Amino acid sequence: MSIDKDTVRRVAHLARIAEPEERLAPLADELSGILGWIEQLNEVDIEGVDAMASTVDVILPMREDVLQDGPTGGGQPDKVTANAPKSDDNFFVVPKVVE
Amino acid sequence: MSDPADLSLGDLRDALKSRSVSSLEATDACLERIAKAGALNAFVTLTAERAREMAKASDEKLANGEGGPLEGVPLGIKDLFCTEGVQTTAGSNILRGFTPTYESTVTSQLWCDGAVMLGKLNMDEFAMGSSNETSYFGPVINPWRKKGGNARLAPGGSSGGSSAAVAAALCPGATATDTGGSIRQPASLTGTVGVKPTYGRVSRWGIVAFASSLDQAGPITRNVRDAAIMLRSMAGHDAKDSTSIDRPVPDYEAALGKSVKGLKIGVPKEYRLEGMPAEIEQLWSKGAEWMREAGAEIVEISLPLTKYALPVYYIVAPAEASSNLARYDGVKYGHRTKDYNDILSMYENTRAEGFGDEVKRRILIGTYVLSAGYYDAYYLRAQKVRKRIFDEFTEAFSKVDLILTPSAPSAAFAIGEKMSDPVQMYLNDVFTVTANLAGLPGASVPAGLDKDGLPLGLQLLAKPFDEETMFSGMHVLEQAAGFNAKPDAWWT
Repeated sequence: MSIDKDTVRRVAHLARIAEPEERLAPLADELSGILGWIEQLNEVDIEGVDAMASTVDVILPMREDVLQDGPTGGGQPDKVTANAPKSDDNFFVVPKVVE
Repeated sequence: MSDPADLSLGDLRDALKSRSVSSLEATDACLERIAKAGALNAFVTLTAERAREMAKASDEKLANGEGGPLEGVPLGIKDLFCTEGVQTTAGSNILRGFTPTYESTVTSQLWCDGAVMLGKLNMDEFAMGSSNETSYFGPVINPWRKKGGNARLAPGGSSGGSSAAVAAALCPGATATDTGGSIRQPASLTGTVGVKPTYGRVSRWGIVAFASSLDQAGPITRNVRDAAIMLRSMAGHDAKDSTSIDRPVPDYEAALGKSVKGLKIGVPKEYRLEGMPAEIEQLWSKGAEWMREAGAEIVEISLPLTKYALPVYYIVAPAEASSNLARYDGVKYGHRTKDYNDILSMYENTRAEGFGDEVKRRILIGTYVLSAGYYDAYYLRAQKVRKRIFDEFTEAFSKVDLILTPSAPSAAFAIGEKMSDPVQMYLNDVFTVTANLAGLPGASVPAGLDKDGLPLGLQLLAKPFDEETMFSGMHVLEQAAGFNAKPDAWWT
């Protein structure tokens, strides 16, 4: 499967990465090269095989529905926002989203 | 007394305990070496002040006959592990200046056991690479050079800072992570020992995520004993990682010296690649011979799906990465572009400026294979082939105890040599990536030098959670190989 410029433009938009117009054609070539190499998976018989998302064969553990102690716990908005490029009163500040 | 930075982790631990050397002396010796090794570019951040404070605290404990299993031992930390109050970048511009307000489980356990943090080690951006050339902070240079040459070689990747720092004896050990070979391939290219444990053995909490179903942390050290010591402190169950497995952590060091008599060692014929240097094939045969001489039985096995492992990986890993890296949006942490007029252009320009080419490439691939219309053809198919590869290993391990292969298809290559062709770079992980897909433990042990005087490693794979048998086998290989070559210290 080869990828064209329009597909790269669409995928880059989905991925929220600005790609300048002059990068679209080279990226289409690179991605087509990689996907072409991946095509060999079509040779493998996968009839009746289950898809495997994880090698860990356990049911996700449950925990008590209470506030945790430590870094995964609540009540520390200052720490949560400490690295924000822009914050105000423990809120993340972003450009206007709703007009 | 000789330079304490020359001591292996195990020897240093013993010397600290017997108080023939202090942690501050050992820490200062490492810091001095790091200061002179700028040409290697192994460290991104040095934490000299904190290291000396931690060393002094360790010395007090040791003076009172107290202290943990790693008390006073200085270590390097891959810059993928979140360290409280210390910049953590994952080798990326998008995380430049990010200072975690919490500590990863692995590093907490190391500090709890008494280790001292020297600083944060360079790496491929978000652990995506096999040569440490994708780092925003520039490539790491391999301490090893070809005999009679002075071309700059890659230390492997993504844990290239870890492998170079340990190979150059800047620190006795370093943490690393392995998603497709990022511990074992750099270990092979630098003459060091690298261990990727079973998926679920070591907590991933606080490690910057790349591909969550494949990522696993482990040590890079100078010898097998050191890796056993370090892994014991890194491993263990953690409720904060839902894929972490709750089972006791054995004393891996006790597995060293245990006989491999009667063990069956599988040698998979599909790992004999066309165009692979003859020296690597010869070393592999030698490795099998060493195991046989130690009483193990060599069994030829077949893993016919081997060649499909890398293509599966280059769907599964980018797919998971595209999802994991969605969090870098210029809102919560890290870089935010100055060039935007609405939230969409803020996201798009932040990510365009923050990510390097290889990371962008993989996010685009991942987004593509997960997008409507392609999901079944790529992602679902890859997950099914992954299951078949997993089953193939389960079947093989019903007949053998360990599998022996080369660690990497070549010795260290030159900086720039493989950067122009992504697929050529990806092929570096051809022998290592299967263990990640199947969740198996794997390790690289230095086993010899090639004709250019560059180190080559052999890999052992084991059954899930059977790191102990793997360590017994690694020790046999180490003893038989008698690898004690060191790079000339051209960088000082």
